[in-house]
Amino acid sequence: MTAIVDTIRGGSDAPQGLKARSELTARELMREVGSVLRMSEADVAKLGEIPVDPSEDQTMIINMGPQHPSTHGVLRLMLELQGETVLRCKPIIGYLHTGMEKTGETLTYMQGGTNVTRIDYVSPLNNELVFSLAVEKLLGIEDDIPERAVWMRMLLSELNRMSSHLLFLATNGMDLGAVSMMIYGWREREEVLRFFQKVTGLRMNHNFIRPGGVAADLPAGWRDDILRLLDLIAPRLDEYDTLMTGQPIWRERLQGVGVVTAQEAIALGATGPILRGAGVPWDLRRDQPYLRYSELDFDVIVGSYGDAFDRYAIRLNEVRESMKLVGQILDRMPGGIYRIQDK
Amino acid sequence: MTDTSEEHQPEVAAPAEPPTMYGARRADVYGQIVLHVTREQYVPVIKQLLDDGHEMCIDLTAVDYLAFPTRTLPDGIVAERFEIIVNLLSMGARRRVRLRVQVPGDDPVVPTLFDLYPGTEAFEREVYDMFGITFTDHPDLTRILMPEDWEGYPLRKDYEVGEIPVQFTSPNPGHADRMEPRP
Repeated sequence: MTAIVDTIRGGSDAPQGLKARSELTARELMREVGSVLRMSEADVAKLGEIPVDPSEDQTMIINMGPQHPSTHGVLRLMLELQGETVLRCKPIIGYLHTGMEKTGETLTYMQGGTNVTRIDYVSPLNNELVFSLAVEKLLGIEDDIPERAVWMRMLLSELNRMSSHLLFLATNGMDLGAVSMMIYGWREREEVLRFFQKVTGLRMNHNFIRPGGVAADLPAGWRDDILRLLDLIAPRLDEYDTLMTGQPIWRERLQGVGVVTAQEAIALGATGPILRGAGVPWDLRRDQPYLRYSELDFDVIVGSYGDAFDRYAIRLNEVRESMKLVGQILDRMPGGIYRIQDK
Repeated sequence: MTDTSEEHQPEVAAPAEPPTMYGARRADVYGQIVLHVTREQYVPVIKQLLDDGHEMCIDLTAVDYLAFPTRTLPDGIVAERFEIIVNLLSMGARRRVRLRVQVPGDDPVVPTLFDLYPGTEAFEREVYDMFGITFTDHPDLTRILMPEDWEGYPLRKDYEVGEIPVQFTSPNPGHADRMEPRP
């Protein structure tokens, strides 16, 4: 017995205080690797006498990331925990910062699209759209953009919103333990990306929406592709409902978690699903419409509790709204030129 | 993304009676409301805007106009090296207001908006990180995107971009024969 204690405490005969595993008996090994408290009972009793400040004792500060698997390698969180509850959190970002603004300083307007499409590879077309709209406004040509280009931009934006939300559902499902959701979400997203590849030539980083219009016309058969896409995804979304929305474990993990009130969301300048999840009905497509969104019919999805479940449900239902919009755009897609002819 | 009815007019010279809003010089461009405020007016004007329903600060950023001191500004506004740009949104009135603050290069200090809009905490850290503009009374003015020990402020116009040596400038010698035209 003393031999074991000597081994663990660093006996003089053992280099660095540990014997090779092969030299230990099973019982000794168990004692060494198992969670055995290596203290005498008298030592433990002494610890109990140390006065403890209860307020200090109840929280723990831990570092999560940037190598933690569930942070996807781009984020570090410093968390103050009380049991499983996060009391405070400080995100440390910048791991993906590549100085795109500095790069952009030396680019022309037409080159800029190549840069901004990489800002967010999950929604490249929406970033290209924002950049193109800004450039066109500065050049004073925003009313000269051909109708077909405008409607194509809307079509691609809504499809991109769908693929982005599908990615959200996939990765967040995975992180919360619904691992099969990862496969389903990526599968449906890939269907959308396949259409993008047919239209733009690339799955992402398209540089397709450019100042003055779009880079190319829609390919032959695009209408059938979209109809197929809509037919395919609609029942799959119902599957997600079965898999997650009504599922008790999923609800337990999301409902009442991470509540953001409307007041907090506004004060923090939150937008998108986070703001709408807090119950603020604010959607630029409806409230300050751009392109031709004012001519389309869709619902703004709003949450009621501001918790993680609302933010999930909003994204799931926004995919449905985007599909509604895509259907309407399909019916109204005008013909004609797809970019400004003035060179 | 702003009002749909807008005209394309460059910033025109000030009319006889310069328009103002909350005591700040107003000069609208591209259909957007733009207020030119001094550093003294900065917080009080934004406080008034907040009280008047501009409840959201959408963006706070800066521009280094080192190479462009001759830009067009309304009369009475003296061009400085930096400008702080704040975008506010009133969801009730569906209106956006943009503020421009001239900040001298030799004294790049501006009061923080953290007390009015807590969301500006990260924006101001980014401006500090990228432009070296200090925000007084900011709760945590540290670098946000660049590493903590980074030197210099990358988005300043006089910041050296630097370059990475190119390792392969000529065709791989091992495959040189492939690059030659075939006989």
